[in-house]
Amino acid sequence: MDLAHTPEEEEFRTRLREWLGQVLPTLPPKPSPDDWPGRRAYDLGWQRRLYDAGYADVHWDASPAVRLIFLEETEKAGAPYVGAGFVGLLHAGPTIAAEGTAEQRARWLPPILRGEEVWCQGFSEPDAGSDLAALRTRARRDGDDYVVSGSKIWTSHAEVADWCELLVRTDPEAPKHRGISWLAMPMDAPGITVRPLKTLAGSAEFAEVFLDEVRVPVANRVGDENDGWRVTMVTLSFERGTAFVGEVVACRRVLRELAGEAHKNGRWDDPVLRRRLGRLNAEFRALWRLTQWNVSEAMGVPPVGRSRGRGRTGGVPGGVPGVGGSVFKLRYSHARQELYDAAADVLGPQALDLDRPWVLDRLSSLSYTIAAGTSQIQRNIVAERILGLPKGR
Amino acid sequence: MRFQLTEDQRALRDGVRELLARRFGRAALRAAVEEPGRLDRALWRELGAAGFFALRLPEARGGVGLGLPEAVLAFEEAGRTLLPGPLVATHLAAGEVPGAATGEAVVADVGACGLVEWLAEADVVRGDAAGAVPLRSVDPLTPLHQVPVARGVDPVAVLLTAAEQLGSAARACELAVQHARGREQFGQPIGGFQAVKHLCAEMLVRTETARAAVYAAAVTADAADIDTARLLADEAAVRGARDCLQVHGGMGFTWEFEVHLHLKRAWVRTHRAGDATESEERMAAELLAQPI
Ligand SMILES: Cc1cc2nc3c(=O)[nH]c(=O)nc-3n(C[C@H](O)[C@H](O)[C@H](O)COP(=O)(O)OP(=O)(O)OC[C@H]3O[C@@H](n4cnc5c(N)ncnc54)[C@H](O)[C@@H]3O)c2cc1C
Repeated sequence: MDLAHTPEEEEFRTRLREWLGQVLPTLPPKPSPDDWPGRRAYDLGWQRRLYDAGYADVHWDASPAVRLIFLEETEKAGAPYVGAGFVGLLHAGPTIAAEGTAEQRARWLPPILRGEEVWCQGFSEPDAGSDLAALRTRARRDGDDYVVSGSKIWTSHAEVADWCELLVRTDPEAPKHRGISWLAMPMDAPGITVRPLKTLAGSAEFAEVFLDEVRVPVANRVGDENDGWRVTMVTLSFERGTAFVGEVVACRRVLRELAGEAHKNGRWDDPVLRRRLGRLNAEFRALWRLTQWNVSEAMGVPPVGRSRGRGRTGGVPGGVPGVGGSVFKLRYSHARQELYDAAADVLGPQALDLDRPWVLDRLSSLSYTIAAGTSQIQRNIVAERILGLPKGR
Repeated sequence: MRFQLTEDQRALRDGVRELLARRFGRAALRAAVEEPGRLDRALWRELGAAGFFALRLPEARGGVGLGLPEAVLAFEEAGRTLLPGPLVATHLAAGEVPGAATGEAVVADVGACGLVEWLAEADVVRGDAAGAVPLRSVDPLTPLHQVPVARGVDPVAVLLTAAEQLGSAARACELAVQHARGREQFGQPIGGFQAVKHLCAEMLVRTETARAAVYAAAVTADAADIDTARLLADEAAVRGARDCLQVHGGMGFTWEFEVHLHLKRAWVRTHRAGDATESEERMAAELLAQPI
């Protein structure tokens, strides 16, 4: 067991730190949460800077240890988060890298890395959430195209996305997990209507997407026809396994800020609150260690950008994190909600003021036990796939 | 960074697991419960011969010369099997108290709450045991005395205790899963019911989070890492045993089934390092100590 980094890794850290020190002061001001075009431009601008400086593919091609250092340092320095690049960089891109053909990789991966194209995730439907395989959006083959009709819901970033990783039913006769395909759908295709949905935090983070006879080239299918469920599992394991890792560092920073605030406003004198913050400190420290553990476990597996074929983690392609991601996701999503509840207790009645720091974050954190698979679903996964308990209905 | 067990560490863990399975299996555990307060001296010497107590003692001084990570793995195994005796105290006394390293001597410590485990069986007691009053110990495998003057606790003792808690938590999870797979009600294994399944899943989540914390603390020996390990491992062990008991239904509530022993020992261990609130206070103070 070793937690020390190699000299090369430490050198990477030093270089990155220096670069962040130079570039962060030159960034434009952050756009308001409601300004979606502004947010898109800001997030892509950041990705472009990373690209120019040679850091763009750190999520894909760097060793897991280097990736951890990247997340640690960018978060500590207060650098922008992936934002609108989330789906492309953290799960659609890795899925295409792992499952796509050479042409598909050449078409879609470089623009993601250069900060030119935004992706969204069209998995959930009004009647297919936790039971994702119940999805009904139909894709009928017509020559070299699929003709897609149906609707998607809770699609984050749909308003500003160029591409959508879309799950469709290509064989309505097959058992429900067997008739699904994974398509890359251009969001400017005729027949797509995006209707923003306001979240409880007051802004339109996600949308409903209506699909009316939308033509998507068959060449845009990643994986075989009707084999989309397997590809989906790859996508979901990226989403659950590694996509939230950087946020642990952010939570640790928030916790220190909270302690500082409590110290200032006198709440620190309350031993119950103080100990709660102390326990949360232990919690996030442990979650960071768990991250290092999971990342080290995945180290033997080649990075996603370089391999195609099956790795050892759960029989999925190289570099895909195993179901252990569900263990992390379960614990982390609850810890994060506890963190912001503690923040509310530090703030007192000011926690009712949307203009105070942490208040919007508290509202957003409510989604953590729902999005990317609810806690109940994660527990089923842990129980059935790791512990081997019988499958329920 | 390679935060995984090395080949040697795996081999060591497996070796300790085999030794304990051979020498302290279920029958031995039953027998020990039947004869509370008596320590198996032969087993103690065997542990000594296997290097359990001298694990971290330098080779030049007759020890095995390994480090904290290896000690943590050994104590995790001890926790899994509910191995009784003042293991941590004797391990810490190796090299200081004659006979401790080899398992010839049984060493007891006055703990942070003024509790002394195994006082009557101890050859040597470290700390002031004057005025010790026996308690009717809740754990049949840990005789307890209370003394008026508590003693500061070595952080290594805190960490090794956390390792025992981790082993106990992992074992409770295994027992629960085993039972949930086999026991049928309503015509199906109870493990197919979500309410049961989710209890088991949470046991694993707590155990694996505690494992990362305990192993990391073993690598860094950092004070905050040790407090973290302690808090997470206590939680995993105590709640794990409770959930395991629940999954076993009426059988869980009996003296026959070993889960009550896991719960009671986990409770004992939560007091060895002082109250958990002290760890929480230190973790809170740590938040202010470092710049954001
Ligand atoms: C902020 C946010 C962003 C999102 N972004 C996207 C996105 O970009 N793209 C996308 O495709 N989706 C997205 N989602 C959708 C998300 O994946 C689903 O909301 C989630 O999978 C749950 O599905 P549902 O909302 O239909 O709830 P339901 O499946 O209807 O669940 C309702 C409740 O029932 C419980 N439940 C359901 N089935 C079971 C079961 N078998 N056992 C026990 N309990 C069960 C659930 O745990 C939940 O508590 C997003 C969601 C949120 C909140």
